[in-house]
Amino acid sequence: MKAPLSWIQDYVDLQGLNLEEIGQSLTMIGLEVEEIMLVGLEKPEGIRLENKYSGLPWAKDKFVVAEVLEVNQHPNADKLTLCQLNDGSGEEITVLTGAPNLYPFLGKGRLEKPIKVAYARLGAELYDGHQPGQVLTKLKKAMIRGVESSSMIASDKELGISEEHDGVIFLDDDASVGMPLADYMGDAVFTVAILPNMARDASILGIARELSAVLKRPLKEPKGLALKNGGEIDKKVSLEIREPELNPRFMLGLVENAEARQSPYWVRRRLSLAGMRPIDALVDATNYTMLEIGQPLHAFDYDLLRTRAGGTPTIITRRATEEETLTLLDGSSQKLTTDTEVVSDSKGALSLAGVMGGEESGITAETKSVLLESANWNFINIRKTASRTRLNSEASYRFSRDVHPALAEQALSLCLKRIQEWGGGSVVEGAIDHYPLKREDSLNTIVESDIERILGLQIPLETAKDILERLGFDCVLENGALSAKAPSNRTDIETGLAGKANLIEEISRIYGYDKIPSQRLIGELPPQLGDPMVAFNDLVRDLLVSIGLQDTLAYRMTSVQREAKLLPGAQADPSQKYVRIANPISPERTVMRRTGLSTMLEFIERNMRVANGFALFEIGPVFLPVDGQQLPDEPQRLTIGLWGEKNSLSWSGEKSGKYAFFDLKGILEALFTGLHLENVVWDASEENPTFHPGKFARILSGETLIGVMGEIHPLVRQNYDFAEGPVLAVELYLDKLMPLVGKGFEAKALSAFPAMVEDIALLVDEDVPAERIEELIWRAGGKLLQKVVLFDLFRSEKLGLGKKSLAYQLTYQAFDRTLTVADAAAVRKKISKVLSYEIGAVLRDS
Amino acid sequence: MNELESKITNERISALEHLKEVLSQESLDAWKQEHLGKASLVMSMLGKMGSFSPEERKTVGQAVNLVRDALEEAFKEKLEVIKRDALMNRMANEKLDVSLPGYPVKRGRFHPINLSMREIYRIFGDMGFQVYSSPEVETDETNFTHLNIPPHHPARDMWDTFYTEDEGVVLRTHTSPGQIRSMRDYYPNPVRVILPGACMRYEQQDQSHEIEFMQFELLAVDKGITFAHLKGTMDDFTKRMFGPTAETRLRPSHFPFTEPSAELDMACIFCGGKGCGVCHGTGWIEIGGCGMVHPRVLEAGGYDPEVYSGFAAGVGIDRTTLLRYHIDDIRYLRNNDVRFLEQF
Repeated sequence: MKAPLSWIQDYVDLQGLNLEEIGQSLTMIGLEVEEIMLVGLEKPEGIRLENKYSGLPWAKDKFVVAEVLEVNQHPNADKLTLCQLNDGSGEEITVLTGAPNLYPFLGKGRLEKPIKVAYARLGAELYDGHQPGQVLTKLKKAMIRGVESSSMIASDKELGISEEHDGVIFLDDDASVGMPLADYMGDAVFTVAILPNMARDASILGIARELSAVLKRPLKEPKGLALKNGGEIDKKVSLEIREPELNPRFMLGLVENAEARQSPYWVRRRLSLAGMRPIDALVDATNYTMLEIGQPLHAFDYDLLRTRAGGTPTIITRRATEEETLTLLDGSSQKLTTDTEVVSDSKGALSLAGVMGGEESGITAETKSVLLESANWNFINIRKTASRTRLNSEASYRFSRDVHPALAEQALSLCLKRIQEWGGGSVVEGAIDHYPLKREDSLNTIVESDIERILGLQIPLETAKDILERLGFDCVLENGALSAKAPSNRTDIETGLAGKANLIEEISRIYGYDKIPSQRLIGELPPQLGDPMVAFNDLVRDLLVSIGLQDTLAYRMTSVQREAKLLPGAQADPSQKYVRIANPISPERTVMRRTGLSTMLEFIERNMRVANGFALFEIGPVFLPVDGQQLPDEPQRLTIGLWGEKNSLSWSGEKSGKYAFFDLKGILEALFTGLHLENVVWDASEENPTFHPGKFARILSGETLIGVMGEIHPLVRQNYDFAEGPVLAVELYLDKLMPLVGKGFEAKALSAFPAMVEDIALLVDEDVPAERIEELIWRAGGKLLQKVVLFDLFRSEKLGLGKKSLAYQLTYQAFDRTLTVADAAAVRKKISKVLSYEIGAVLRDS
Repeated sequence: MNELESKITNERISALEHLKEVLSQESLDAWKQEHLGKASLVMSMLGKMGSFSPEERKTVGQAVNLVRDALEEAFKEKLEVIKRDALMNRMANEKLDVSLPGYPVKRGRFHPINLSMREIYRIFGDMGFQVYSSPEVETDETNFTHLNIPPHHPARDMWDTFYTEDEGVVLRTHTSPGQIRSMRDYYPNPVRVILPGACMRYEQQDQSHEIEFMQFELLAVDKGITFAHLKGTMDDFTKRMFGPTAETRLRPSHFPFTEPSAELDMACIFCGGKGCGVCHGTGWIEIGGCGMVHPRVLEAGGYDPEVYSGFAAGVGIDRTTLLRYHIDDIRYLRNNDVRFLEQF
């Protein structure tokens, strides 16, 4: 909502307050000022400014009211005129202009009635009228076709009032020559954000009412014509409301013999400043009244309605019929539905109720008689219509936020008065008012403790009453209870507990949140439920960061196609059910992800271009629809992705190396060690289409599958723009893993006796898994064996085809004595025997 | 006799004099050989003691021993000096260019959003708030209706919602549905929870808008919870999150699920309130929305609004993170460019 200061001041006196104070007052009662646009006035000085200012101040010595005395032809240019001007300085000035609205005065000699204009002197800073938008420029001396020009008569655009630059401004008669322009009509426009529950303030009067409440200054309500129901008008038009639910109130007024002429300049200026384009006196009157009190109105060409009806027209409000169409003021043709409420006559729809008027029945330059509609519409229905037709008009904006039906009457009386004042004509006696669905204003009662219980502050009921009354509530305070009836300009006050809460908000908002004390919580703490999954995620995150991995954050929204890239050929598996988004923002984000692997491979793909190696991880939910369940399961997943150089480039001389399968396995082993997860099985007995068949393992703990890991399949790689080198990834099912991890673990005691370390090397068949060998060593080693580390693995021609050599470092230690060489030899002998017997291993001489 | 004594004395003087010129281990070895070796005067005299008379043996022996002790002592001292000099020399050659870069150590890093989350959990954990997670794909009922936002209510315009193809299921637009879920879990006990997680809104992405973002909601429900507690709690949070000089204010606003409602503003930490690009010249930065839980929401959670009251606050974690690290574009947070993430 754009609210010009001058207009607000019609209803509340703001004398003595600067723009900053007014802006802050609005913001601190919930009417957030987004910007203050200066249109002539100066920015306050010497105080801390919390508002954002824009616009153009008019220097008082550079911009003044002047009058054009005579308009003459420029000697060397057809389209330019030279005006004789009185700017109050006593000397007559010649000013060059090209304004077409001065042409009619050319060669008329001394004007009988001089034209009041806005005059900008040499050095004035204003907007360039010939450039699009607002480009600041400074008036300098120039020669234009042989005539010197150093000042100008300004247009709206040059002064920052509107985009209008077709002619110079003709000021109203009350402007006095020589007066600084800023003093005459300097203004500032407050752009106020209107909260959904403050629809009443989508009007200048509404904003003024709030200011009057917080500043404790009286509110002056505008006065329109006195209306009475029925009269002469009943003979000229009749009315029928078919759906009171959708149209609780409808009023009509009629003005005959008016003229669709230009409104006074001050009206056009206010409309422009408030963001609406001035049209003619008839339309301007409806828009002006809407901006003033928040009730949209619509004007019909009465004579046209008579023609259509072939006599006295009947206005009917009803649901549209299927297949009905209507061409609107904006030229668009709308197909209507039975959910759409229309205003029609016997011939058909005239306007889209509460949203936009029809083209045919609207005001034109020829209109003489105006039938004025001031109606109330069901806000939910208007909201649906506006969103279906995507027609966001000033009217639908207000109606869809629920306008109080009482405003229809006030608006009609004000608007009729304006039409008469600005467009001439005579108001036909009486008004038609059908109000089938009366709105009851809510009545709530509160006591002092209600306020204190919510705010933590005592506010005397007298103070509360005073605040509510200033907002227009009808209050009665007796026996320690305050009853407040909501004013008939607002629709946000409910009844019951919600109504009480509404009142407390109103009281505290105007009283000032800053006056409420600040206190720490006290009282009983709730039972300790905690969130084990969040805690577990943090534990996993800590472990991974501690071993050098980079934490990342993924979008939840993806597309089926993006996830299908995890399969060779990138064809989606139709059996995978997704949470599908009905209104996706892009084809790339149409479903909720089912896996973390797809997002991880995309991170890798993107980062390959900017880094030469990385180890990334991500923890977040995936979304798995479940039959018979309204909401999907959202299990947590850990995804790790590795690619490229393990270490960053350095002068240390140590060779780096690229991430490979066993780096990933090492990371996982470190993670599982950190979690003290036991019984981890790396199962290569199955395949997974995403992974290289020979470099893939399912990870189990006992019987529970907790994840899949491996190197990305060469055919899957083709679906991505990957650089060279293996890409390793794992997806762990954290929801499955968490229950397997205990709260603590058993720490081992240390022996006081020295350990013995020895190496063994053994030759085995290629197909014997390392896991099996280690298992046998442990079995044979007995309780003296403390540690087994594989430190070498090699194959060679000398060893023979199908053979491999593994070297282990074994550590023996006892808790009760120092071991002897003989002890070690005995263990070693046993290990050798078991290995040889079970897997045909040959112990090599070390 | 005198001759002998003076010979010994001379030996002492000349040996010590000689020692002064010794600078290396080799020459020290040679000196030792010459003055304390078998063929040295001192040692040969000691060897010849048997040829002296008992009286001479006593005086000469004493004198020779004194000289020998003195020379040995001098030798030891010299040896220390030479060793130290040698060490100094060696170390002089070992001098490093300490300006060379250290060998890189691989360091893991938290995503900045998770760093902020941790901090937030810690702060509110200290105040007795427990983390409570709830679904990101929500029912329309929990995301809106139970929060006092009936269908077609104008307040629904405050959230640009992603709907799913399943009737009545939306991507949650805020963490507030967690209010309903946590209240129902804690009922009839007091509630003090922090509800974190991703929220989704249909918005055009730009420097300061994301379709997915992290938020946390704070909810305290009990008998006697007031707006004053909300103020105190949020002020404490802001000071711990952004520093003890952080200044806050509550400004009236509207949320359907709180009444009264407020925006929590913090005096701009970048310009100190003077006005800058971050605070759009206002000197204040919006941190989040808050207010007293609406009676209908308390009812939906199972609590009698005439007995219980509560406050709720919702704060954007993305925004908090941008402020903490002076990040000027929200899109960095989910691009996961390692060059960006490596800074944390």
